[in-house]
Amino acid sequence: MKLNIFRLIVGLTLSAIGAGAVLAEDLKIGLITTLSGGGGYLGADVRDGFLLAIKEEGGKLGGKAVEVLVEDDGRKPETGRAIAERFLERDGVEIMTGIIFSNISPVVAPLTLRAGRFYVTPNSAPSQFAGKKCHENYFAVAWQNDTLHESAGLNATSQGYKNAYILAPNYQAGKDSLAGFKRYFDGEIVGEVYTKLGQTDYAAEIAKIRAAKPEMVFHFLPGGMGINFAKQYDQAGMNDEVPLVLAAPSADIKILKAVGASMVGISNSSHWNHDLDNAANKAFIAGFEAAYDRSPTVYASQGYDTAKLIASALSATGGKVTEDMDGFRAAMKAADFDSVRGPFKFNNNHHPIQNWYSRVVVERDGQFVNKITGTIVENHGDAYASQCSM
Amino acid sequence: MAQLYFEQLLNGIQLGMFLFLVSSGLTLIFGFMNVINLAHGSLFMIGAYAIAFLHGVTNSFLLALILSLPVVAIFAWVIEVVIISRLYTRDHLDQVLATFALILFINEGTTMLFGRTPMFLDVPPLLSGMISIFGVVSYPLYRIAIIVAGLAVAFVLWIIIAKTRLGMLIRAGTTNRETVEQLGVNINQLNTIIFVAGAMFAGFAGMLAGPLTSVEVGMGENLLILCFVCIVIGGIGSIRGALLGAITVGVVDTMGRAFVPDLLGKFLEPTAASGISAGLSSMSIYLLMVVVLVVKPTGLFPVVKSH
Repeated sequence: MKLNIFRLIVGLTLSAIGAGAVLAEDLKIGLITTLSGGGGYLGADVRDGFLLAIKEEGGKLGGKAVEVLVEDDGRKPETGRAIAERFLERDGVEIMTGIIFSNISPVVAPLTLRAGRFYVTPNSAPSQFAGKKCHENYFAVAWQNDTLHESAGLNATSQGYKNAYILAPNYQAGKDSLAGFKRYFDGEIVGEVYTKLGQTDYAAEIAKIRAAKPEMVFHFLPGGMGINFAKQYDQAGMNDEVPLVLAAPSADIKILKAVGASMVGISNSSHWNHDLDNAANKAFIAGFEAAYDRSPTVYASQGYDTAKLIASALSATGGKVTEDMDGFRAAMKAADFDSVRGPFKFNNNHHPIQNWYSRVVVERDGQFVNKITGTIVENHGDAYASQCSM
Repeated sequence: MAQLYFEQLLNGIQLGMFLFLVSSGLTLIFGFMNVINLAHGSLFMIGAYAIAFLHGVTNSFLLALILSLPVVAIFAWVIEVVIISRLYTRDHLDQVLATFALILFINEGTTMLFGRTPMFLDVPPLLSGMISIFGVVSYPLYRIAIIVAGLAVAFVLWIIIAKTRLGMLIRAGTTNRETVEQLGVNINQLNTIIFVAGAMFAGFAGMLAGPLTSVEVGMGENLLILCFVCIVIGGIGSIRGALLGAITVGVVDTMGRAFVPDLLGKFLEPTAASGISAGLSSMSIYLLMVVVLVVKPTGLFPVVKSH
């Protein structure tokens, strides 16, 4: 009997210490992103931007020590699902983030939300979560998918084009992109083509564009796909015949670097650019270049903003997430942080209301970069906010 | 209209030539050594990375092309001696597992060496721009160069297989391997030669692909799946089959992507047509493969095994 009571006391003491250790543990953030294949550098940049914010605060966000678990989804939904399940069930992740591609987010987001955890996307923001399926714990930091391309539609209209030929890959974000472009483009759509996700050869599509003789071409082909299309379009002599008007994912600096001089002069649009003149942006770019010895793409800026947003919320709740869901949620909605984009606030559906800028590709000091030429629209919200009941 | 049809036809043939370059090695390796080599696409990628890197160093496309060939050959030789040679006696599942692991290994290695950002490589100025063919169709010169290169390789392969001693041994080995072994031929050396040669064709295709496509990790995998379809349609172990299969797949895939959406657009409204046709055109070659397998299960130009 004595021995049993002794063991009981020891056991209880140890578990009390253990429980104390759990309470004082770092906040676990799950970052599931695409690190391999043609879209790999998108995920690598989101991750590096996110981790930069943590590094700047010495391993903390908003004063709370965080541990970021990073895994590669390989652009495959099944892999994303497996990693998310492991993060939620085994690793005790409280905030899920990182998803780049919109064939994975419709699998991982509902999983996370059903588990009662926060889902904060630094990139992929498909339309269903902005409208009917909006959720109080779902936050999109970069944009809503369609708005990226709505800006291109507005840009094309303001440049006076009367018709367009449009292409995108055959998946959720591709469909969102063409829907977004058409929503704000006043001209006629001469051709609408869906290519395969990850397609490398666009000769057939380029031949059709040549035959259709449109005034301009718009496409949404992020990462390696954009590089392939741009190279082949130029080789087919089409750059001189039919101009391209693009959105940010088709003209990031890595695509510009891989394709080269043939991209100079191409018009595109974005919510962020290196030459945006605000203190947060300047500090971010300097910090990123010092830490990683390369220039940040727009994806890095999105990863960084996501981390800073979470930091602002953690600072408001004193580091609590799951223990104070209402407080954390309110702090996230308030978005009280200095975005590298300048003015930033959330719409009722937790998607951003922000400015969109027109840019053109130029050569500067031997590098190919984008230069802002004007503002396309200010305080632009997405088209699905009214369908969200929040 | 003539421009469109001829351009699409040429696109199909050009894609077919690419597929032939990669499939020829694949079919030889499968036919002669009975090894399923999933890492063949990685050899394609190594060729592309080699030329992109060497082009950055030497600034000459031709020099980079010539120097990349031994690079691919050395890689292939190492892979064959260390890994593939142990797979000859194993069954297909073991080969699939081992070569799949090789893909992951090579992909990670390339990422460690070159990072995740795709590499820059442009078409050499001599081969860029368009040329006019018989005044009917104008087509990118570089793609014509690829077609010519593919035909040249096909010709060289034909000479080797039909007219040389090595070719005789290859034909004998694909027909009946054991007899060739019994006749005292050094089959191991032959295996290595054939593997390296097949790999070099794939690497060469990668080098040609570099200027036209994104030089990125995993660029070989998409092509590899199409190549398996080519050799299944053409008949495993047969170079003639690989050529025919490749051109068929190239033309059907291109024509499918080019004309199916318009065809469907006549019956369905635009958004529905685009969605369905995107799926249909990417399915078209697999449908073709099923049809060929039903009608001629061993492929269109099978190698008749004599045991």
